[in-house]
Amino acid sequence: MFKYFEPNKIFSVTSKAPKYVLILFIIVLTIGLTESLIFSPEDYLQSHSVRIMYVHVPAAWITLGIFSTITFLSVVGYIFRLKNFFLISKSLAPSGLIFNIIALVTGSIWGKPTWGTWWAWDARITSMLILLLFYIMYLLAWRIYENNNQVFKITSIITIFGIINVPIIKYSVDWWNTLHQPASINILSKSTIHESMLIPLMIMTAAFTLFSLLIFLMKYNTELIKIKNKGLDRL
Amino acid sequence: MYGKKVKLRFFFIISIIIVLVLSVFLILKSLEENVVYFQSPSEINKFSEFEKKKIRIGGMVKEDSIKANSNEISFVITDFKNEINVVYSGVVPNLFEEGKGVVAEGFLKDKNFFLASKILAKHDENYMPPEVKAALGEN
Repeated sequence: MFKYFEPNKIFSVTSKAPKYVLILFIIVLTIGLTESLIFSPEDYLQSHSVRIMYVHVPAAWITLGIFSTITFLSVVGYIFRLKNFFLISKSLAPSGLIFNIIALVTGSIWGKPTWGTWWAWDARITSMLILLLFYIMYLLAWRIYENNNQVFKITSIITIFGIINVPIIKYSVDWWNTLHQPASINILSKSTIHESMLIPLMIMTAAFTLFSLLIFLMKYNTELIKIKNKGLDRL
Repeated sequence: MYGKKVKLRFFFIISIIIVLVLSVFLILKSLEENVVYFQSPSEINKFSEFEKKKIRIGGMVKEDSIKANSNEISFVITDFKNEINVVYSGVVPNLFEEGKGVVAEGFLKDKNFFLASKILAKHDENYMPPEVKAALGEN
């Protein structure tokens, strides 16, 4: 059923959507920033530097989420030959890359006042850097290879290599001694972050998700326009 | 239901994933010593010989162990089984406190004595406002 997507029909929806997503993003971001920078309490140990968390953690979550999505779409797209899935992956990757950089940079800024160092070669940080390299490889592959079949194959392989790294990032803090602290938010057990700090964190995550969605829609529309210009009526 | 090619591609991908997972697992398993950022005092205790290499030791700063004079600070890193004395001269991070996590980088002089060239603070995963911490402390 995905094979016969009509770009024109998709485009009629996705070309209108960015407007609304942008408005929603601005609203949620405003609420998120006021909650996290003004209303949320300071930490008992780190005092105000804990506020970096409201950018750092959502950015890290989103970059991992986007990479997992890209891998899933690429693998399914490769097996079933769904070009549309590759276009979605390609349009998702830039915001994943940006949030990866944001997570590393804010982590570095947070590390200096708390740990006493800008950078440490610990398992969590190094594996996050490796993920950044995979994002760069993935995006470069799209630029280097012109032929569709080639680029689909190569990007799928890159994502499969990269996805092995994702559980390593997640569990690095549990498997090995790391400078980075273990996860505060757990699905199965009780979270070790106070509710008054958890709520702004969630709002910021929603804001960043909307931002990724916005960038994705803009990129995806460009891809659809390219197809239209080539005079193809289906993907 | 699906074509032969689809099945072939499916098994191709599955085999790549299995091979990758296994090889990465084996690599990480054999590199474990290098992947860990620091060692605990108990692990140091098992050392039979002292290399002249720079190492990192991590654990908790023992309560009432910090002693500072004009040019150096000394404290005890503990993992509640073994302890190690650390001497350091320089600036300590803000979160360096008794009863909190610490990672010290430097040279091991003998089993119980460590000369640090860098001190990093390691904090835990608990975040809460000061009032909540105070309330918890009273209980």
